[in-house]
Amino acid sequence: MTAPRTLYDKIWDDHVVDRSEDGTCLLYIDRHLVHEVTSPQAFEGLRMSGRKVRAPEKTIAVPDHNVPTTAGRDKHIDNEESRIQVEALDKNANDFGINYYPVNDIRQGIVHIVGPEQGWTLPGMTVVCGDSHTATHGAFGALAHGIGTSEVEHVLATQTLIQKKSKNMKVEITGKLRPGVTAKDITLSVIGATGTAGGTGYVIEYCGEAIRDLSMEGRMTVCNMAIEGGARAGLIAPDEKTFEYVKGRPHAPKGAAWEAALAYWKTLYTDEGAHFDKVVTIKGEDIAPVVTWGTSPEDVLPITGSVPAPEDFTGGKVEAARRSLDYMGLTPGMKLTDIKIDAVFIGSCTNGRIEDLRAAAAILKGKKIAPGVRGMVVPGSGLVRAQAEEEGLAQIFIDAGFEWRLAGCSMCLAMNPDQLAPGERCASTSNRNFEGRQGFKGRTHLMSPAMAAAAAVTGHLTDVREMMTETV
Amino acid sequence: MEKFTKLTGIAAPMPLVNIDTDMIIPKQFLKTIKRSGLGVNLFDEMRYDREGREIPDFVLNKPQYREAQILVAGDNFGCGSSREHAPWALLDFGIRAVISTSFADIFFNNCFKNGILPIVLPQDAVEVLMKDAEKGSNARMTVDLEAQSVTSSDGQVFHFEVDAFKKHCLLNGLDDIGLTMEKVTAIDAFEKKAATLRPWA
Repeated sequence: MTAPRTLYDKIWDDHVVDRSEDGTCLLYIDRHLVHEVTSPQAFEGLRMSGRKVRAPEKTIAVPDHNVPTTAGRDKHIDNEESRIQVEALDKNANDFGINYYPVNDIRQGIVHIVGPEQGWTLPGMTVVCGDSHTATHGAFGALAHGIGTSEVEHVLATQTLIQKKSKNMKVEITGKLRPGVTAKDITLSVIGATGTAGGTGYVIEYCGEAIRDLSMEGRMTVCNMAIEGGARAGLIAPDEKTFEYVKGRPHAPKGAAWEAALAYWKTLYTDEGAHFDKVVTIKGEDIAPVVTWGTSPEDVLPITGSVPAPEDFTGGKVEAARRSLDYMGLTPGMKLTDIKIDAVFIGSCTNGRIEDLRAAAAILKGKKIAPGVRGMVVPGSGLVRAQAEEEGLAQIFIDAGFEWRLAGCSMCLAMNPDQLAPGERCASTSNRNFEGRQGFKGRTHLMSPAMAAAAAVTGHLTDVREMMTETV
Repeated sequence: MEKFTKLTGIAAPMPLVNIDTDMIIPKQFLKTIKRSGLGVNLFDEMRYDREGREIPDFVLNKPQYREAQILVAGDNFGCGSSREHAPWALLDFGIRAVISTSFADIFFNNCFKNGILPIVLPQDAVEVLMKDAEKGSNARMTVDLEAQSVTSSDGQVFHFEVDAFKKHCLLNGLDDIGLTMEKVTAIDAFEKKAATLRPWA
C-alpha cells in the first residue's frame, strides 16, 4: 500500500522522467506558455545551438507585457523596443511552429488568462512560463510555476525541467467569507500572515470551505499571488466547478477523451492523513477587505486600520517600513481611508477576469469617478473584453468615467505606455506594490476590484462595505 | 556558462530586506532581446536620479564599492518577478556571489544558470559579514565553492550548504540543456507512456 499523498505529491510523481540519487529529478512539462519579454534570448539560444522546440504543440505564445492597450496597436507600436520584442515573438512563433495568439487576435490577452480560457490549462498538468504569476494555473489543480529564461530555453529544447521537490504547505481558509470580502482579500491576508518569504521552499495547497466556495476566477486570484508569498506554486484540488469551467473549451478533451480525463482528474486530491510540512489556518470570517500600505505585498492591513509606524516592526523590517512610508508619502497613524488617490487600475492576471469586472461594475453602476481621479479598466483578454461589452459592463465603466482599454498586462507592470507619473497614487487590482512597479516613483495600493471601484468613486481608499449598505 | 570556483573580492553591504527584482532591474530594461549590457542599469532607480546622475549615497556608487563582486543583502533577496534580467544585470556589473539569509525561489535558480552563487547563511553569520562588508574596499571576502565556505576579511570562516548537482554544474560551468539532452531516451519513453495514460495532455 502506498503512503497517503498530497495533491502536489501525486502530480509530481506522475511527471518524473528521471530521478538521480541526490533527489534531483527531470520533470516533464505538459504546457509551456510563452510571452515576448522573457523568451527572445531563449529562442536565440535554440538558434545558436541548432536546436528545435521539442513539443511545439504543447507550447503556447501570446504577447501581453509590452502591448499598448489603445486602438491601432495591431498596426503599429510606437515604442521601438517594445515593437521589436513583439515582432520577435511573431517571428519565433512562426519559425518554431508553436501555437500563437497575435496582437490582432480577439483571443489575445494576458498569458495566464488566455491559457485557462482556451482550455490549455487542465487539472493534473505541469504548466510553466517565464513569468512568476504562472502560479495562477494552480487553481485547476495543475502544478504551475514561473521560470527564468534559461529554463524557458531548457523547456523549449527538452520539454522538461531539472527540479528538486519542494515541501508541502497547507493553507486552509475555514468557514464562510463575510460580505464584501473576496478572493483578493484572502490571498493578501495569507501573505500578510505568512510574509513574502513565508512560502519559500514550499508548494501551497489552498483548501477549506471558503476556497471551495470560490468560483474558478476567484481561485485563480488566490493562486496567482502564491508567488507573492514566496511559494513555488499554489494549488487547489479540482472539483465539479473546475470540470464545469474546463468543459467545452477549445483545447479541452472531448468525447471519450473527456471521460478518461475526468476519471483521472477525480483522483487529484490530497489523501486523508497525507503529510504537510507546514499548516496555516485562517478563519474566513476573520478576513476583512484589505489594502496594502507599503511597498511589499506583505504590508497588508484591513481597510479599517491605520498606517503603521516603523517601530511597530522588528529586525530588518523596521528600516524597510521606514523606507516604504517615505516612498509612499504616508504618516504613521493616519487612517487608511484618509489616503487620497490619483488613479485606479482594474485589470492584470490577478483581477482581469469577467468576474472581477462584474464586481467592480456592481459598485460603479450609476456612479461617477471622483473629480481628478483617472480610471483605467484593462480586461485580461479580448474575449473577456467582448463578454464585458455584451453584459453591459463596459458601458457602466465608460459612464462612470473610466477608460475602457484593450487587453494586456498594462499598468500592472507599466512596460507599455500605461504608467503612473512620479508621486501619483493608485488603487490597483494588480499583484505588486514594489517601488516603481507602476511607473517611476508611482505609489501602489493593492486591493480587490470592488475596493478599487469604491476608491474610484470617493477619491480615497474606502471600505467597500459602506457602499454596499447604501445600495442594499 | 562561466565557472565559479573561488572568488576573493570586495563585498558591498545592502542590508535592506525584500530587495525585489524590480529594484534590481526595472522593467524598462526588460525590452532587450539580448542578455548582455544590463550592468549599467543594475539597481537603476536606486542608483541614478531622473536626469541619469549617480546618487552618491547608493552603495555601488561609493568609490570603495564600485568594483564589488559580492553582495551581502537583507532577507528574501530577489523576490518578485521571474526576470532573468536580474542575474544578467548583476553578472554584467561584476557580481558573482550574493549572501543573504534567504532568497526567492526563481531568482535563486536563475543565479545558478548564470554562474552566480547565491549563498544562504544564518542571521548571525550574515550580520558578521554585513559588518565586514561595511569596512569597504580594504577588506576582501573569500567565497570558496569547492570548500563551501565564506571567509571574512579578518579570517572568520562560515560554512554554507549548496545542492550537490547545482554545485557540480557551477564548478564546471556546465550547460543544463546539454546534460538533459543526454537523457533523451528517458524523455521519449516518458512521452510514449504518457500518451497512453493521459492522452489528452
